[in-house]
Amino acid sequence: MVDLIVIGAGPAGLAAALAAREAGLGKILVVEREGAPGGILNQCIHNGFGIEYFGEELTGPEYAERFWDDLQKTDIEILTETMALKVTGNAVHVLSAKGGYRILKTRSVILAMGCREKARGSIALPGDRPSGILTAGTAQRYVNIEGLAVGKRVVVLGSGDIGLIMARRMTLEGAKVLACVEIMPYSSGLTRNIVQCLNDFDIPLYLSHTITDIRGKKRLTGVTVSRVDDCLRPVPGSGIDFECDTLLLSVGLIPENELTRAAGIKMDPKTRGAVVYENTETSLPGVFACGNVLHVHDIADLVTVESQKAGRAAARHVLVGREPDSPIVSIIGGDGLLYALPQKIRTVSAEEDTTVYFRVNRIFRNATVRAAGPGGELGAFRRIHMAPGEMQRIKLSREMLQKSGGEITFIVKEENA
Amino acid sequence: MLDVAIIGCGITGAAAAYELSKYQLNIAVFERENDVSEGTTKANSAILHAGYDPKPGTLMARTNVEGVRLAAEICRDLDVPYKKTGSLVVAFSDGDLPTLRKLYDRGLQNGVPGLKILSAAQTLKMEPGLSPDIRGALYAPTAAVVNPWEYALAMAETAARNGAAMHFSCGVSGIRKTKNGFALTTPKGTFEAKTILNAAGLEADRLHEMAGEKEFTIKASKGEYYILDKEEGGRVSRVVFQCPTEQGKGVLVSPTVHGVLIVGPNAQKTQDREDLSSTAEGLGFVAEKALLTVPGLDFSKSIRNFSGLRAASDTGDFIIAESKSLKGFFNLAGIKSPGLSSAPAIAKMAAELLLKAGLNFKPKETFINRRRVVRIAGLSPREINRLAGGNPAYGRVVCRCETVTEGEILDALRGPIPPRTLDAVKRRCGAGLGRCQGGFCGPRVLEILSRELGLPPEEVFLDRDGSFIVLGDNRKEAR
Amino acid sequence: MKELTCTLCPRGCRLAVDENSNFTVTGNACPRGAEYGRAECENPVRTVTSTVRLLSGTHPRCPVKTDRPVPKAQVKNAVLALRSISLCPPVRLGQVVLEDVCNTGANFIATRSL
Repeated sequence: MVDLIVIGAGPAGLAAALAAREAGLGKILVVEREGAPGGILNQCIHNGFGIEYFGEELTGPEYAERFWDDLQKTDIEILTETMALKVTGNAVHVLSAKGGYRILKTRSVILAMGCREKARGSIALPGDRPSGILTAGTAQRYVNIEGLAVGKRVVVLGSGDIGLIMARRMTLEGAKVLACVEIMPYSSGLTRNIVQCLNDFDIPLYLSHTITDIRGKKRLTGVTVSRVDDCLRPVPGSGIDFECDTLLLSVGLIPENELTRAAGIKMDPKTRGAVVYENTETSLPGVFACGNVLHVHDIADLVTVESQKAGRAAARHVLVGREPDSPIVSIIGGDGLLYALPQKIRTVSAEEDTTVYFRVNRIFRNATVRAAGPGGELGAFRRIHMAPGEMQRIKLSREMLQKSGGEITFIVKEENA
Repeated sequence: MLDVAIIGCGITGAAAAYELSKYQLNIAVFERENDVSEGTTKANSAILHAGYDPKPGTLMARTNVEGVRLAAEICRDLDVPYKKTGSLVVAFSDGDLPTLRKLYDRGLQNGVPGLKILSAAQTLKMEPGLSPDIRGALYAPTAAVVNPWEYALAMAETAARNGAAMHFSCGVSGIRKTKNGFALTTPKGTFEAKTILNAAGLEADRLHEMAGEKEFTIKASKGEYYILDKEEGGRVSRVVFQCPTEQGKGVLVSPTVHGVLIVGPNAQKTQDREDLSSTAEGLGFVAEKALLTVPGLDFSKSIRNFSGLRAASDTGDFIIAESKSLKGFFNLAGIKSPGLSSAPAIAKMAAELLLKAGLNFKPKETFINRRRVVRIAGLSPREINRLAGGNPAYGRVVCRCETVTEGEILDALRGPIPPRTLDAVKRRCGAGLGRCQGGFCGPRVLEILSRELGLPPEEVFLDRDGSFIVLGDNRKEAR
Repeated sequence: MKELTCTLCPRGCRLAVDENSNFTVTGNACPRGAEYGRAECENPVRTVTSTVRLLSGTHPRCPVKTDRPVPKAQVKNAVLALRSISLCPPVRLGQVVLEDVCNTGANFIATRSL
């Protein structure tokens, strides 16, 4: 029996394990399916990590190694090349070549499994099904970890950060990136990446466009890019043909919650992650979730902060006991929001300020985020610029929670709208 | 000199090889592509139909019911995933009800057991996920879902284990009548055979015309499908068809042996026998129609689309007969639906024809009729540890979505028809079938194949020969 | 007159930089923006990240970065200069992999210990 099992040794799992140790928790075990810790950061060889948390600009591997270095100084055990197959309230089932199938008993669990990429089928892209079509992350793995070149003439679908980063990476590896295609009228990636990944290399960005045909009997030979209308439907006759041998898909990330769902943990369809309390605890007492498995993040630094919260909460759960019964304040994402998290706040357990994380469903300029309970407005927060690709934070004071009447809905209104 | 050359290793060729390998015959299978099931066999609805659909008296009708009966036993003997789900043909209007009646009568004529007409209430009780607008259904308890490519593979592997020679990437480009039979021109040289079984699917007419006179034409029709995530897999427990109308056959919604939901197909006539593309129109049609059956279907849970081409003969029925112009050349052609269902029965008919043609059908003294595949995902912890204790590779998970281990991939590589591509591994072991569609396991499977087959990474293909995935080492000095 | 978007903060001010007038910047909402606009036009620099071959069975590649930004015009040359490098494990994070790449004064250093 251990005190805590953390599933995943990426940035979330590493930070959570360390925070739990710092909070005094005894026997901690981290389960990691790769041969080494670091998670997705190992293949994110670009920089931009750690600006907020360390005040430095680091690459992905450097960011991960900071936490790995700290972890190695403790007696936290890490089982590598070990896949978690099942989670219950008091055990994690794992499979590995070295240890076979084991049922590891534990007093608490932190879910830190990260997320996966949407594949071609999830957007029903028409056309042939040749080789040469990869998700951007899989291409990134081939190029940066395996050291294999994936293509010579590339089209990227999706202008989120992963797509933009790979557009640059492929160019620096000697490929010709012909276009970055984005179905929305704006990019969900950081402006910095638009500049440094597309503009720097004169790679054209086709906003309000999508791929309407894919050709190739064996390997990809070309795609057709078409404009879309306001309803995101392709405009007939607007197709531009590109001769290419590689199509990289950066069309969305989905939290990897198979274990979570199988454990019967309550899920939020808006985040595609678990419903959590203010301390990242899920509907299963003693099981916490943090990082991309809870909701897809943009910045590793925020993953760290959230995961440290999970680590401290797990420690508290084991050392002090279950959170006491408490009136709940439900947090609801209203007009303008894609989601808000945590979904439930226990007023008794909540800290002085509870940070609510949310995403907006379009670009807002000069907007006000209003928090309101059934009894009326509780607070208004001005924001100059918000975009779906940038996770937002707002601090809710204990006073607001107490005045809320059990439910707080966040809505966004643009001032000049 | 071969007794029988079987051309084509889809479900028809594989079933024929399996049947003939029970006898002391010298047989070989010639397949154009690099693996079993590369044609329509891997791109269909995966259903063993009960048999009320074909017109009574046709070869389709006769072989459908018989084939489905034989299938249960074959799938058990050869460890092919198979589930007797039963099927429903649902009526959406009162005008559909006479059609259900007609299918019922036809089923009786064809010898389909257990058919029942259900009321709307009975139908909805059986399948609560169906639209409340449904008026009733024809229930057929003997319908089943199967893993179609594994069904063909299992029979082909068993044939190979029993002495059948299997030639892949070995299309037949010429056929010449000789004194004792035929000479086949292939990339591996010329082969001589007393008789030929033409199981060449979409190319059956062209193959026949290499030496014979035109007797039939294959007409291709494309059907597109959605595969919806396992989360949608429980929407229905039985195969659900839509009542056929003047507009056509409608679209089905069905569970699968993998736990995902298959939705489709449409039917689009095409002249291009290589066109397997998915279209926005085709998929749109499929989704629109399917929502009539199951209004709650969530197409955002789509994980894959694919298309299959049906090879229909212009005679309107299967062709299971000796060529009129070419003695010793037997056509097994136009094997569209219910081809998958009929396969073992077609094979038995083919054997009869060969017997009549004078081949010596002496049963083999030892016939290996058992195949067992280790599938870690379905085993208990104790069973897994027993296996992993002797072979740690069974503990190394390669495909996280479907929990497929390296041990299973190595098993396949040691099988009688080893995989050489990512999709061949997918078809044998399931790695890459899941929701991430190989995003995670792809690089790992590629590495295993590269290592085990001694191939540089750029020669490990996705599916067909030439479908390279990577270009090679990205730090080669020469670049 | 050059137009560009400032990348320092999510506001993304649209800057206009006058190359003929000592790179004066307009459109910035803060002084950092002016500095960014000037630098981007006068002497744009970038940190370069890539990988080098590692002679290791388990980790064929080691990630690297320049320890300081290099002129934007030299980025492609800097990456090409890495092609002939092979490292032997063990490699320590921060270890110099290629000194003074393309005479920029910047070194490529390892960003992971392998």
